Amino acid sequence: MDNATNVTMVKQSISTKVNTTKNSRKIYISLMKFFMALCVVITCAVTLFIIGYVFVKGLPNISWELLSTSPSYLSGKIGILPDIANTLYLLIATILIVLPLGVGAAVYLTEYAQNKKLVGIIEYAAETLSGIPSIIYGLVGMLIFSKSLGTSLMAGALTLVIMNLPTIMRTTQESLKTVPNGYREGAFGLGAGKWRVIRTVVLPNCIDGVITGCILSVGRILGESAALLFTAGFAHTLNGFFSGLSSSGSSLTVALYVYAKEQGEFEVAFAIATILMILTMLINLSATLVGKYFERKRSI
Amino acid sequence: MKRVMVFMAVLVMCLASFTACGSKGETVSTDGSTSMEKVIGALGEQFQTDNKGMTFTYNPTGSGSGITAVSEGRCDIGLSSRSLKSDEKAKGLTETVLCYDGIAVIVNPKNTVGDLTVDQISKIYTGEITNWSEVGGSDLEIVLIGREAGSGTRDGFESVTGTADKCKYRQELTSTGDVITTVGSNENAIGYASLASVNDSVKMLSVGGVSPSEQTILNGSYAIQRPFVLVTKSDKKLSDTAQKFYDYVLSDDAKEVIRSAGVVPLN
Amino acid sequence: MKSKNFERIVHGIFLILGLVTVGCVLLITVYLIISGIPAIKQIGLTNFLFGKVWESTSSNPQYGILPFIMTSIYGTAGAILIGVPVGFMTSVYLAKVAPKKVKAVVESAVKLLAGIPSVVYGLVGMLVLVPAIKNIFNLPDGSSLFAAIFVLAIMILPSIISVSMTALEAVPKEYEDASLALGATPIETYFKVSVRAAKSGIAAAVVLGVGRAIGEAMAVMMVAGNVANMPKLFGSVRFLTTAVASEMSYSSGLQKQALFSIALVLFLFIMLINATLNFFLKREKER
Repeated sequence: MDNATNVTMVKQSISTKVNTTKNSRKIYISLMKFFMALCVVITCAVTLFIIGYVFVKGLPNISWELLSTSPSYLSGKIGILPDIANTLYLLIATILIVLPLGVGAAVYLTEYAQNKKLVGIIEYAAETLSGIPSIIYGLVGMLIFSKSLGTSLMAGALTLVIMNLPTIMRTTQESLKTVPNGYREGAFGLGAGKWRVIRTVVLPNCIDGVITGCILSVGRILGESAALLFTAGFAHTLNGFFSGLSSSGSSLTVALYVYAKEQGEFEVAFAIATILMILTMLINLSATLVGKYFERKRSI
Repeated sequence: MKRVMVFMAVLVMCLASFTACGSKGETVSTDGSTSMEKVIGALGEQFQTDNKGMTFTYNPTGSGSGITAVSEGRCDIGLSSRSLKSDEKAKGLTETVLCYDGIAVIVNPKNTVGDLTVDQISKIYTGEITNWSEVGGSDLEIVLIGREAGSGTRDGFESVTGTADKCKYRQELTSTGDVITTVGSNENAIGYASLASVNDSVKMLSVGGVSPSEQTILNGSYAIQRPFVLVTKSDKKLSDTAQKFYDYVLSDDAKEVIRSAGVVPLN
Repeated sequence: MKSKNFERIVHGIFLILGLVTVGCVLLITVYLIISGIPAIKQIGLTNFLFGKVWESTSSNPQYGILPFIMTSIYGTAGAILIGVPVGFMTSVYLAKVAPKKVKAVVESAVKLLAGIPSVVYGLVGMLVLVPAIKNIFNLPDGSSLFAAIFVLAIMILPSIISVSMTALEAVPKEYEDASLALGATPIETYFKVSVRAAKSGIAAAVVLGVGRAIGEAMAVMMVAGNVANMPKLFGSVRFLTTAVASEMSYSSGLQKQALFSIALVLFLFIMLINATLNFFLKREKER
C-alpha cells in the first residue's frame, strides 16, 4: 500500500463524511457498535454454552475407575485406560517422525534453498496439505498405510505425520527467520562449515518454534477423529508401546465417537469430551506460556 | 547431534517392532461386523480368562471388510451380521451361524402405538402410511429413521419386511446408538436397531402380536431377525488357537456368555 | 575435500526433507486420482456428476452425486452467510476496540472453540440443536440442512476470527491516525479505513472458512439426517464428506470405488479453494 492509496482512502472517508449529515453518521456509528456488541456476545455465548454443557454433563462422570481400567464386555463396565494409552502412543510416534521431517524442511527452506521457484513450490505444497480435510487424509491413509501395515496405530500415526508436517514446518520456519544473520556470519567467519553452523547456531535458536509447533500438533492430534477412524480402527485393548503401534486401537477422540454413536453411552462420551477440553485448555495455556517465556528470553 | 541420533534409534526400533509383529504366536484374530462387538467381545474376554497366554483380537470394521479380510488371510475368523452372498461362497468361504439377533422396531416412549404387523411396517417404510393415526396412534407425521446403505441391520430389516430399495427414509444414520438417540428424542419417529443394544430411552414394538424375546426369535415367530455368522476359509485349516476359539464359541459353555450379551444362541 | 563431500551430503539430506511435503501432496493426488477414476469411467462422468439419484446398494444401483455437490455448496454458503458477519464483527471488536483484558479472555475462549473436537460439536448439535429446531419450527424432525449450517457456522468462527484479526492488527497505525486527525470517529475509522486496508486478509479468512466448512464430516454427519435428497433447508441432506464417511465402512465393489470418486470431487473443490486462498494470502503479503 503506497502513499497515494493512503491519501485516496482518507479522502474517501472525508468525502463520505461531508456528504452525510451529522444524524446519519450517528446512526451509522451506533448501528456498527450495536452489531459489534451483538456479535461478540453471540460468539462468547456460544462458546460458553458448549463448554458449560459439556462440563455439566461430563464432569460428574469422570471417576478414577473410568480412567484406570480397561472396558470389560463380561461385566459391562467401561474404562478408558487403553484409549489414553493409545492416544499417548499416537502422540509419541507422530511427533517423533514428524519432527525431523518438518524441522529439516524448514532448515532447507531458510538455510539452503536458493531457487525461488522451488521454495514457492514447497511452500505451496505445505499450504495445500494444511487445507486438505481430515476425511480425505483418512481415505488416503487407508489406501496407503492401512493396506501395507494393516489397520493399526502406526498407520494412523503416519497419516497424522502428513497432516502435521505443515504446522511444524511453518512454526520452525518462523523462528528460524528471527535468528539474526550476524550469528551465522560470525560462525562462518570463524571457519565453521555450513552443517556445523546449522547444528551449533541455527538449530538451538529455533527451539521455541519447534516447541510451539509440537504443542499445536498435539492439539490437532488430540482432536482428530475422521482421519484415525479409517486408519487406526477402534479396538479398546490395552497394549504396550510397540505391540500397540502394530495393532488397531482408538484414541480418546475416536473412543468418544464410538461410545456416543455405536453404543449410545453418553455419560462416558461426555466424560471423555470433558477430559479432551481440559487438555485443550492446558495446551493453549502452555502455548501462550512458551511464547511469553521465549519472548522474554529474546529481549534480554 | 545427540538428539538426531536418538530419533534415528527410536525410528529403527519402531520399524523393528513391526517385523517382529509379523510372527503370530498364540493369537486368534477376528475382523468384521460392528453389530457383533458386544457378543464377540464377551466371548473373547472369557476365552482369554480361560486360556492364559492366548490372545484374542477383534477389529470392528464392518461385515463387508471382515469377509474381505478373511478371504485375503488377514485374520483367522471373519464376522458377519448377514448370511454370505452366493458369490462370496463361490470364493471358497464357509459360514457358521453363531447366534441370532432380533431387530427391534422402536418408537418414542410417548408413542401410544404398541404393535404393528409386518405388513404395516413395510407400508410405513415405503411411504404408503405417513401418519401415526392410520395405525391407531395420535395425529402425527411418521418420521422414518434407518441405517446407511450397506449396514447389516438395514439389510436384515429390509429383506424381512420386503422393503429393499423402496424405503423413504427421513434420516439415514450410521450407527445403532444414533438411531436409538434420535428415536428417543422425537415422538414422531420410528426406527430399527439390534435388540441387544436397545435401552430404556425407546419403546420396543411387538410385531404381529409377538414381542421379541429369546424364545420367539429361536422358534421364528418373531419375524425380524438375522444371523450372526462366523466366516472361515473352506480350504484352509485354522491355526490351533483359532480352532480352539472356534470350538469354544460353538460349545455349550459359551451359550451363557452369548445370552448375557443380549443375543440368542443356537439350540 | 572430505568435508566438502560431507557438506554436500548434508545439503542433499535437507533437500530431500524439504521435498517430502511436495511428495506427500503428489502421493495424495495420485492415489485419489487412481482410485477415483475407475468408477467415474464405469458410471460416466455426466451421469456421475449430474445424476440426481444415489442408490448405491439397490439391485439396480444408481450413482448420481449432484445432491451431495449441491448440498455441500448450499451448506457452505449458509455457514459463510452466518459465520462471516459474526466472525468479522467480533474480530474488529477484538482487534481495535476491546480493552486488553477483555481481549485476552475472549481470544482464549475462541481458541478453545477451535480446539474442541468436531465430534463434540456433533454431539451437542444432536442433543440440543436438532430438538430445538424441531420444536421452534414445528417440524416432524429437526435433522436438516439448517441444523448443519448452524453447526458449521460455529465451527468456522475461530478460523475467521483469528485470521481477520491478524490482518486488522497489521494495518499501519498511520492510516488510522490520519483518519482520526481528519475528524472521523474511531468506529468510522475502523470500518472505513482499517477494514478496507485489511481486505485481502479478511478475504483470506472467508476462503479459509469455506475450506473448513466444505471439508467437515464428523459433526455434520450427526445433525444433517444423511439422506441423499436434493438440498432443502428443512430437509434431510447428505454432504460430499458425509457421503464418503457414512458408507465407507460397509461398502464394496463399485460402491466403494464410487465413494473414492466422491472423495476425488471433494479434493478438486479443496484444491480450487486452496488456490484462491493462496492468491489472497500472497496479495496480503505483498502489501
